[in-house]
Amino acid sequence: MSRSKNLAVKYLVAAILFFGVMTLSGLMSAAYYIQPDFLFGLIPFSIAKMLHIDTMIIWLLMGFMGAVYWFLPDEFEIEPAGIWAAEILFWVFVSAVLVVAATFVLVQWGAGTETTLWLVQQGRKYVEAPRWAAIGVALVMLVFAWNVVGTALRARRFTGIMAVMSVNMVPLVLLYLIAFPKIDNMAVDLYWWWWLVHLWVEATWEILIGCIMALAVMKLLGTSRKIVEGWLYVEVSMVLGTGILGLGHHYFWIGTPDYWLGIGGFFSALEPLPLLGMVVHAVYDAGVHRMKTTNRPAFYWTLAEAFGNFLGGGVFGFMITLPQLNLFAHGTQWTVSHGHFAFWGAYACGVLSVCYIALQEQRRLAVVNGRGWVWAFVLLNGGLIGMVGSLLVAGMAQTFFERAIGGSTLEAFIAGQENPWFVLGMYSRMFFGLIFTAGYLTLAWNLLALGHREAAAVAQPAPAE
Amino acid sequence: MPKGFIGKVRLGARLMQYDDPKFWRAGAISTTVVMAIALGMLTVDSLEAITPGGSHVPPYSVINRHIGYVYNGRLGRDMPVIGADEPLFGKPVTETEAAAFMERGKLVIQSRSCINCHTFMGNGAYYAPDLTKAWLDPAWDTWMAITGADTKEEAMVRFLMAPEQYATWLRKMPNLGISRDEAVATVAYLKWLSSIDTNGFPIHFGRPQTSR
Repeated sequence: MSRSKNLAVKYLVAAILFFGVMTLSGLMSAAYYIQPDFLFGLIPFSIAKMLHIDTMIIWLLMGFMGAVYWFLPDEFEIEPAGIWAAEILFWVFVSAVLVVAATFVLVQWGAGTETTLWLVQQGRKYVEAPRWAAIGVALVMLVFAWNVVGTALRARRFTGIMAVMSVNMVPLVLLYLIAFPKIDNMAVDLYWWWWLVHLWVEATWEILIGCIMALAVMKLLGTSRKIVEGWLYVEVSMVLGTGILGLGHHYFWIGTPDYWLGIGGFFSALEPLPLLGMVVHAVYDAGVHRMKTTNRPAFYWTLAEAFGNFLGGGVFGFMITLPQLNLFAHGTQWTVSHGHFAFWGAYACGVLSVCYIALQEQRRLAVVNGRGWVWAFVLLNGGLIGMVGSLLVAGMAQTFFERAIGGSTLEAFIAGQENPWFVLGMYSRMFFGLIFTAGYLTLAWNLLALGHREAAAVAQPAPAE
Repeated sequence: MPKGFIGKVRLGARLMQYDDPKFWRAGAISTTVVMAIALGMLTVDSLEAITPGGSHVPPYSVINRHIGYVYNGRLGRDMPVIGADEPLFGKPVTETEAAAFMERGKLVIQSRSCINCHTFMGNGAYYAPDLTKAWLDPAWDTWMAITGADTKEEAMVRFLMAPEQYATWLRKMPNLGISRDEAVATVAYLKWLSSIDTNGFPIHFGRPQTSR
């Protein structure tokens, strides 16, 4: 295997490990809602929650990078430019994440000084990592961009997919710089912070995963490059055509003028369109190929990606995106319900699909199948959908009792959180969280064991089938 | 049929080659450019509105004044109303001193990672109440009695310095080692924050709709 593919496997393994940390810290966060004294005084809710959302970003990012390093040599038929730097930075990246996680758990917070922001944490959602670590992430992104663009230049061949990916590297790196400044005015702070969060997650990440899924579909189903590239451009125009001004749905309530209510409402209502397009395409492809593939798990995770992105990002996002409803639902467990479904559908399923694609080639398996992946698939998706449903019930109760009739104060907040439907939602979320965890463990075991058991079976005389 | 007509059809077909990815590439590039330019223009306008002293965000020295929150029937939503002089701890501050409070207050908010339990303008975690209008919360009247403070600001400072002592609900706020200076700056920050026009968020603040 090429150096790039070896690096890809390392990144995918690291992604799956941090996926585990995310799951564990998610369970911890859920436990506080049921038992507020859980670990209180040792690890407060905030730390568990911070680990949960930050490791989510990290494992998905590592998954994307693994996917790109996996497909790069296939696209260009040469080793990526600067692969040596990427190999070193992998270990730097992993150790930095571990040091930051340890800092979060052991140091937790610091005095209100710039030093705290440099060494302990920055206290801005998703980009809590202290500045020293953020510089590291920026460096990793920069080298990642160099690997992609530099390889295309060296190979003197820009395929459409790689051209889109290369151009996309520019905003991916530039927007991350918003992770650094400390802005006193919270309205301005949130204005720019949403450029990072929305334009990363709902624009550049969507395009990156679009490129990755395009490569995956070509590999899995042998779809022609011309069709895939045509679709990718349609996807890009729709994602950016709706997503750039769809940013407006975050500018409803942060102090910005009220024209954002109309602009954000309109464009974000259109945001599900590209996601619907993906579903149509996936169903069409599946039909054309009569669901026949040598890699069923990868294929099913690709389908889950298409449907999950549309349902979680598109439908669940649309539910709360119109300002008239968002005024009530914003910042409740309803948002959490959408968040879980969207990240899972839009990104996690895609990364898992690539894991199985890489595994097939790495372990030289003619066919990837068996019962293990089915269990993982059912438990993970079932657990996730259960959590999303539970949070939706809790969120609707909170929206009604805290906001619509309660008056949104501290007293109204408490009344909402103690409402029996809310409490039921929290218990039910915990239950499905445990099912999801069982799914994670099955997945991890399946990814580890898959090839080896089959190899053992091949060594024995094949039974008549 | 005249030759020219066939030529026109051919020309039309050449312009609309849907199966050529280049057609869609041109669409992707132009859509993106148009949207990015629109966002850039809106950003210039919005940043002007949210600069302290702009149309939506009062200057930091607003902490010297009374801040109310009143339902505006014409707009159909609650709006902050800046009233008579009411300096924090009875001590008026200059614009520069107010800005220093904000710088310190924001550092406290970030260094203690408030947003990983609370939300500001609905952004953050959802484990503890939203703090956008915390300064205006009617609960502080009760908390003045609980903390034995004469003023709302003093009650807030005492609570922030030792939240675990004043736990009145199952979920407690941990002691985050906030010094008195830090607590004062944070209270100043929260007072300024409550004066921002947030288009009516959070809805019905302080006006329960149960009895009409």
